[in-house]
Formats: sequence, C-alpha cells, structure tokens
Amino acid sequence: MNSFLEPILAPFFGLMLTNIVIILIKVAIVIGITLLHVAYATYWERKVIGFMQFRLGPREVGWFGLLQPIADGVKLFFKEDIIPATADKPIFYLAPVIFFVSALTSLSVLPFFDGFAVANINIGLLFLLAMSSLGAYGIVMAGWSSGSKYSFLGGLRSASQVISYEIAMGLSLVGVMIMSGSLNLTEIVKAQSNYPTGFYAIPQILGFFVFFVAMFAETNRLPFDLPEAESELVAGYFTEYSGFRFAMFFLGEYTGMLIMSAIGTLCFLGGWTLPKFIMDLLPFLSELPPIVWVVVFLGKVYFFMFLYYWVRATLPRYRYDQLMNIGWKVLIPLALVNIVFTGTLKIMGWF
Amino acid sequence: MEDIEKPFETKELTISMGPQHPATHGVLRLVLNLQGENVIKCTPYVGYLHRGVEKLGENKTYFAALPLTDRLDYISSMNNNVGYVVAVEKLFGIEAPERAKYIRTILAEMGRLSSHIVWLGTHVLDIGATTPFLHAMVAREKILDLFEMICGARLTVSFPRVGGIRNDISQEFLDQLYAFILDFPAKMDDYETLVTENRIWKERTVDIGVISLEEAVNWGLTGGTLRGSGSDYDVRKYFPYDAYDKVDFDVPVGKNGDCYDRYLVRVGEMRQSIRIIRQCIENLPAGPVMADAPKFTLPPKDMVLKDMEHLIHQFILITKGPTVPEGEIYVGSEVPKGELGFYFVSDGTGKPYRMRVRAPSFVHASALTRLCEGGLIADVIANIGTIDIVLGECDR
Repeated sequence: MNSFLEPILAPFFGLMLTNIVIILIKVAIVIGITLLHVAYATYWERKVIGFMQFRLGPREVGWFGLLQPIADGVKLFFKEDIIPATADKPIFYLAPVIFFVSALTSLSVLPFFDGFAVANINIGLLFLLAMSSLGAYGIVMAGWSSGSKYSFLGGLRSASQVISYEIAMGLSLVGVMIMSGSLNLTEIVKAQSNYPTGFYAIPQILGFFVFFVAMFAETNRLPFDLPEAESELVAGYFTEYSGFRFAMFFLGEYTGMLIMSAIGTLCFLGGWTLPKFIMDLLPFLSELPPIVWVVVFLGKVYFFMFLYYWVRATLPRYRYDQLMNIGWKVLIPLALVNIVFTGTLKIMGWF
Repeated sequence: MEDIEKPFETKELTISMGPQHPATHGVLRLVLNLQGENVIKCTPYVGYLHRGVEKLGENKTYFAALPLTDRLDYISSMNNNVGYVVAVEKLFGIEAPERAKYIRTILAEMGRLSSHIVWLGTHVLDIGATTPFLHAMVAREKILDLFEMICGARLTVSFPRVGGIRNDISQEFLDQLYAFILDFPAKMDDYETLVTENRIWKERTVDIGVISLEEAVNWGLTGGTLRGSGSDYDVRKYFPYDAYDKVDFDVPVGKNGDCYDRYLVRVGEMRQSIRIIRQCIENLPAGPVMADAPKFTLPPKDMVLKDMEHLIHQFILITKGPTVPEGEIYVGSEVPKGELGFYFVSDGTGKPYRMRVRAPSFVHASALTRLCEGGLIADVIANIGTIDIVLGECDR
C-alpha cells in the first residue's frame, strides 16, 4: 500500500507528511470497514440465532432486512441522551469513550493480509491484550458512575472477570509465542504457514482451548455474560445508558468480538494463509491477488463469530463463583501446563 | 481462614429487585440484602397486581364469578376454571356427566402442558439459555390454537361451566389434539437435549435452593415445588376429581428438593399429562355435557327463547343466583403451580358469603425468603424460576 500511494502523494505533501497521510488513510479504511463489519455482525447474529430458534430475524428493512443495522444505528443516534441525576457526570461521559476507543485501537495492529496493518509493531500481541484490559476500565467506570446498584454490581463483576480471564488468555497465547518466537502478528502468521500442519491449533490444542473459553469471558458473551446478565442485573453496567452512549458500548462489544476472533484466527488458525501442504499441492494459489487472502482471513474470523452465536443459542449462563473457579482452577493451570509442555518440546528441538 | 483479618469493613448493599425486572415474572418485588454477591436476606413484597378477586367474588353469583378465575393464574386459566367449577359443584351437590368430566380432564391437562411450557421456557431463559424458550413456545401456540377452536378465546377461556362444560367439543378438535400429543414427546426430547444433561444447567440448579421435605410441608408448598422434595402429594391422586380416578398416571417425585429435582418433576409431569390426555381421548364416553339439574345449571339457550318455564329459570338464576345449601366447603384442585383451593361460605343465597382462594403462588412466593438465604444473586433468579409463580394468582 505504501509503495502504491507514496509516488502519488509525495509531490503534494513531502515525504514525512505523506507517511502521516498514508497512516490516516489506513486508519480511516480500517475503522470504516470494521464498523461496517460490526453492523453486519449484528445482522448476521440475528439471522443465525433466528434460524436456530424458529424465528426469522430482521427482514423488513431493505432486502432481507439488510438495512436493519443501519436503521438501528440511526435510531440510536437520534434517541434522547438521558443522564441519571445521581450519575457522576464526567466519568459517565468518559466510560463509553474509553471502552469504544480501546476496542478500536486494538484494530491498529491487526494484519488483514500480508503487509497490511496500520501499525506493524513488534509487540502486537501484547498490545492487543493491553487494549482489551483497558476496555475493562470503561466497564468499571460505567458501572461506578451510573449511580445505579445494578450497574455497580455489573461493573464489579466485569472487573474481576476480565482480570481473571486476562491471565488465562495471556498464558494461553504464550505457547504460540514460544513456537513462533515472535510477538509480531505478521511473523506469527508467517511462522504458521511454514509449519507442517498450517496452523498452531493442532499442536497447541490445549492453548487453543483455553483461549477459546477465555475469549467468551473477555467479551462478556454467553455463557460468561455475567456483567450484563439480563435476568439478574437488568442490563448490567450499561443499564443507565441510552442513545449513542449505549451504541458505543454495543459497538465496542461487537468490535471486541471481532478482535478476539481475529486474534484466534491469527494465532491459531493461520491468519490469511492456507496450510503449506495445500499451497504445494495447488501452486497456482500463490499467484492470486491479495483480496483472496483477505477473504480467507474474514472467513476464518466469521467462523469464530459463528461459534459465538452458536454458543449463545445453546448454553445457559454460569454463576459468578463458578466462572471464577473455571478461570483460576481450570484454565490457568491448563495454560501453565501448556507452556511447560511447549517449552520443553521447544528445548528438545521438536518445534 | 478465620485468623485472616478483614482488610476493611464492608457494608450491606440493599437492592430492590422488581417490581419491574426481567426475571421476576411480572410484578414481584424482592428486597435483597447483599454482602458482595451473597444474599443475606431476601424479602418478597407482593400486591402490585391486587384486584380484589375474592371480594368481587362475594358480589357476583356463582356463575358470574367464573371469569374472575381466568385472571388468577392467567397462564393456565383452564385449570383455574376447572378447579372453580369442581368446587362449586361440590357445594351445590351436583355432579357433571361423565363426558363433561373427561373433557374437563383433557382441557385441564392441556392447560397444565401450556403452563409448564411457559415455566420451562422462562426458567431456562432466566438462567441464560434462550433457545428452549422459543422452541417451547411453538408447542404452546398449538395448544392455544386448540383452545381458540373450542371457545374462541386463547388465554382467558372461561369454558367449563358449573355442572359440565359450555358446549361439546368437535371431532376435528379431538383429531388435532391427538395428532399433537403423538408428536409432543419428541418435541419434549428436543427441549431436554439442550437442558437436562447440560453441565452448566446442572451446576446452576443442582443443590441450589434446597428445601427438605419437612420444611417444604411447613412452608405449605404444594405441587411440583413440594414433590421435588420427595412427597408424592398430588390432589389428583389423593382427592381425585373429574376423571382423574379413571385414568392411569404416575406422579413424578424428586429426592433432594433442589432446583434440579423440581425441574425434573415438572418435566416428568408434562409427559404424564400426555398420557392422561391420550387415555381420556381414547376412552371418551358419549352423552350429554351438562348436568341435568335445572335448579343449579343454566337452561339451554334455545329453550329459553321458546319455553316459558326455562325463561323463568334462566331469569332467576341470572339475577338471584341459585339457592345454595348453607354451609362451608373447601375444595382443592391440582393446577400447574400447586394446589389451588376454593373455600366458600354459603349463607343460602345465590352469592357466596365469603370466597377465599388458596393461591399456591402466594405460598410459594413466601418461601422465597427461605430458598434464597445464603445463596448468590444468580441463585435468586434460579429460585424464582423453580417455584413457578404467577403474580396474578399471588396477588389475586
């Protein structure tokens, strides 16, 4: 992308400004496309779950209800912005922004295909984990500042949940780091494509399992949607939010899901690449334009998203203490075992 | 553990759950005293849906009070109707004909099925699984369609009458119902696959809200809520009414008295309801559907228009009500929620001197205090679902 844009823009802006402009263009593209995906992820969720539950899902607005997410967005934009009298106003304003921005910032390090990432940094994986923890601040602040006890409980639940599962998730990814020897997401994907199985999910099955479970907890989805457990806490931490502030939480949550799916895809399912043995078998594949690999990447991401929906339609919700038990007594030990196992094999030279 | 000092003092948090809350099944209000997530004390407040059904009943004739019973437990109005007419018939000293008894049994079991479907759906929904709710509602629609077919109403049916039923049912109705109950056990299996053996479901319900048999009896629990604790008390078996003594069915009984056992009991009851309906349809006798007791039952409409005698009867029964023997009577019936009892004090006029409704939901709601103590917030939700209350009946 740089090589394509630089000659065009350089005469107008000079070299340094050009780089900034290119980054801004990339940011705009990534955010625009992601928000579109977020909107249609909700549409797809409603269709998929509707199909599983003998319902139709959206079908009135536009063809097959395709304009429904747009209509929802417009509705949320124009809704009255209600702020409770007991709310701590500055924090109340800030909370959804933090949540949403931290979700969007994570996008900057995701490589969508070879060479396309807004910031191809060396600690990409660490950055993603940091950003997803930062999102928890938004939730806690929202719960605290709303001046509602339900929100408060939701915020507290979320704080402990995200902290517990952050550890499990971080540890589950250590195996991948050991195998690939890098924290750079592009490097991880490249290392995978050269690996015999094509993706790390096969040797890292334990890590993949831990990551998969923690993924649901990180994004507050069923069966771990305790911070917003509808039947217990009404709507949890965003009970008091309405209009566009609510929309920011909503979009942030779905962006979070997409990001978690993307991490899963990049670290365990080989990102935009296909396994090496397939590439060797069908050599013409390497001649295809990059757009094909974006589609491969999105296909894998949406596979994860489908799992999110499927689990939501299938499972009941865990209780708070059970959730903690699973996090600390099952997932973290499993992840540690995985690290020891992977490390030992690495030293013995098997990986 | 004891010698670890608390780093700081914690205060109790009081939250008011309801009357508008997604999981309180209407307008139940629970005041929870919390220590963190642990429930120290749970106090139910009821009465938001009070309509004075008992007082209204004293100001209406025995016939005219029937529609009030629809509004008690609006999920299973057919069962309330049947319970009411059985009680009034006993007070009058009349008996419905065989065919009417069988049909009322069929209808009551249909009501039980539809009520249990709503219970299953909402209970499971409260604990977080959305799919069984929507799948089960499809079956409930079919039952409501069948109700609509016989009386035009889907929820507030008011179909049974003192001394029988409003009108005979058609062959088409029986055919459709038979097809439905042949089909239904397979659907039950569908709902159960998602829930019964589900690990998360078991973790959420096993050993939650445990109540021993003795305590359950002391709290006055009835129905599935009591049978989950190990009693086999079922009004249909102990004090049979209608055709229940002529059909063969089992009473599912639990063991531990926890949410899971109560769940299994109710699911078992649904399967037994199918058995009862099937037997009733297969053995349905022919004959009239209203008792031949002119002093206590309204005469047929066409005769009222043609015949003076009948017109006078009708006029007296509607305006003054029947002449009822003096005395008092309590008759219980098994509705999906538990034992619904009607207690009448008759002073010999056409209206009851006192009408008292023993509402199982009210008794069960009071037991929430006991069930929720020492649990977590999430257990409160499981407990509300497991006692299966409807606030229309609780507040009357």
